[in-house]
Amino acid sequence: MTLLEVRDLVVEYGTVRAVDKVSFDVGRGEIFGVLGESGSGKTTLMTAITRLQRPPARIAGGTVAYRPADGTPVELVGCTPKQLRELRWERVAVVFQSAMSSLNPVMRVGTQFADAIRAHRSVKRAEAWDRAAELLELVGIPRDRVGSYPHELSGGMRQRAAIALSLACRPDLVVMDEPTTAVDVVMQRQILDNLKELQATFGFSVLFVTHDLSLLVELADRIMVMYAGRAVEIASAEDIYRDPQHPYTQGLRDSFPSLHGPRRELRGIGGAPPDLRHLPTGCAFEPRCPQRVDDCRETLPLLIERDRTQAACLLLDDRLEVRHAGSR
Amino acid sequence: MLEAVDVTKRMALHGRRRGQWFTAVDSASLKLESGKVLALVGESGSGKSTLARILTLGDEPSSGTIRLAGKEVSLRRRADRQAHFGQVQLIMQDPFASLNQLHRVRYILSRPLRNFGASGDLTDRIIELLERVNLTPGEQYIDKYPHELSGGQRQRVAIARALAADPVVLIGDEPVSMLDVSIRLDVLRLFADLCAQDGLAMLYITHDIASARYFADEINVIYAARMVEGGPAEEVTQRPRHPYTQLLLESSPDPDRIGERSTLPIVDTSNEPVDREQELAGCPFAARCPHAMPICSEQPPPTTTFAEGHWSRCWLHTES
Repeated sequence: MTLLEVRDLVVEYGTVRAVDKVSFDVGRGEIFGVLGESGSGKTTLMTAITRLQRPPARIAGGTVAYRPADGTPVELVGCTPKQLRELRWERVAVVFQSAMSSLNPVMRVGTQFADAIRAHRSVKRAEAWDRAAELLELVGIPRDRVGSYPHELSGGMRQRAAIALSLACRPDLVVMDEPTTAVDVVMQRQILDNLKELQATFGFSVLFVTHDLSLLVELADRIMVMYAGRAVEIASAEDIYRDPQHPYTQGLRDSFPSLHGPRRELRGIGGAPPDLRHLPTGCAFEPRCPQRVDDCRETLPLLIERDRTQAACLLLDDRLEVRHAGSR
Repeated sequence: MLEAVDVTKRMALHGRRRGQWFTAVDSASLKLESGKVLALVGESGSGKSTLARILTLGDEPSSGTIRLAGKEVSLRRRADRQAHFGQVQLIMQDPFASLNQLHRVRYILSRPLRNFGASGDLTDRIIELLERVNLTPGEQYIDKYPHELSGGQRQRVAIARALAADPVVLIGDEPVSMLDVSIRLDVLRLFADLCAQDGLAMLYITHDIASARYFADEINVIYAARMVEGGPAEEVTQRPRHPYTQLLLESSPDPDRIGERSTLPIVDTSNEPVDREQELAGCPFAARCPHAMPICSEQPPPTTTFAEGHWSRCWLHTES
């Protein structure tokens, strides 16, 4: 069952295309990971889906269909501000990278929770505070901290409070933009374990945006890898790690040092990410690709589906494979 | 090459807590050797950056000594300080903040060259430096401003600037954590080459123990101002002895473990590094440790040495 259906989404900053015809589905109760380096368009994609993009960013095309279990599908790109207000937090919630900047420093945590709850439910203030305390308990913060100000909580607690806040109205989809980059590894592990637990209990879907492949492989069900604004590979987490198809994904996989098991050779990816203002006509990864063929410079590869894995690389195109079998 | 012996740094607190002290580094010792990389691994707030500042004389230790090539460095003697600055160079985390945006690469690299003795036309020296950090051809980069360079290129300029002083020790304070994953490996390789070929000693400060495993010869783990474990990189990561190192390794994401990860014993939910404003009698990890015993919070654990120079400070490993 599909919850979110993104088709050919294009986001532009002036003349620069930050997200270029990206299509993917997020299933109900699925943790869908979006992986990309800085400048790959992952955050732009996330803001476009939640309609939080700010000028000069502009959605130049494509659709984002949200399909609730009960009711008619909503087309998010065409939503009016009023429709968006009803949808946000009720259906789609967001957790940002830095909790310090997503929580108001001069309001008690409980007040902020009550605000969000009372915007969508007609409940008394005291009832909303009760609910806030319950939510905090869900993420392992003692009830009595509901009266604290954000600065009185530790970094890890603030981030967990932000996650609790996103669950205030039991949304179907929680979009998370690098929620654990600002916390330590031990805290990160606990936040992710907690998130998985909550997700199993409430069954919401998660769109998890990050640059950390090793984290995503452990957490996500499926992963989309982005490069220079395009999706280059969409596959299950297991396949992305064990059997990556696109040379960029392979390069990423081989750049991560592993902690357990035998030491393997790290290869990395040479060169630098492309300048989005001067993208090549062909594959954007071509200049850095160790397996490039002549056609890569001219032909833009499209996502090709094979065995439930989608990858955008000419090498995977059957018709081409015959032609280049000798030269590879 | 560079050695820290029992270095402690206390900082005075202000405002309501006036009169109290915060211990940022507590009797830490480490030794950097030529051609070797030592990794210092710890969480934020564990004191690793303070130690880096002390090693580069950016800060004065409250007690303990710094030795360079066997000789004690005195902060009070100007000649000592200047010699030290030339020989021990720091590379910072954020190449966006550490390079002056108003100057071209040429100027940025000429400053340390002139400060440490060079004069006249430095173009050739600068190009040589740029090519040493794999910014080739150097002519192409010499007249650029930092904003025209990518993150990885900028960090290379920062490394070139450190090399301009002709140091014997490089201290990298999270030198790759701001860079993209695909770029990180190249920069780490550059460090490894500089150590192996030019015999530089390096301290690699990081919170990423996986990269330390691959890149460092030895790893020291610091927790709440104290060194808790150290030894050869492979030993420390594969046979961790201290419960904190074990927790750190268990928490680090590792895709090789898909499906086989044991669930972590939940260690106290509010586990920020412990408050260090009071003098701590016992082990700093005692409050979070799953194996804590009464003695742990009463007396500081002694150092136990294992095979191959692997050591740990934990009561679990003492004989009695």
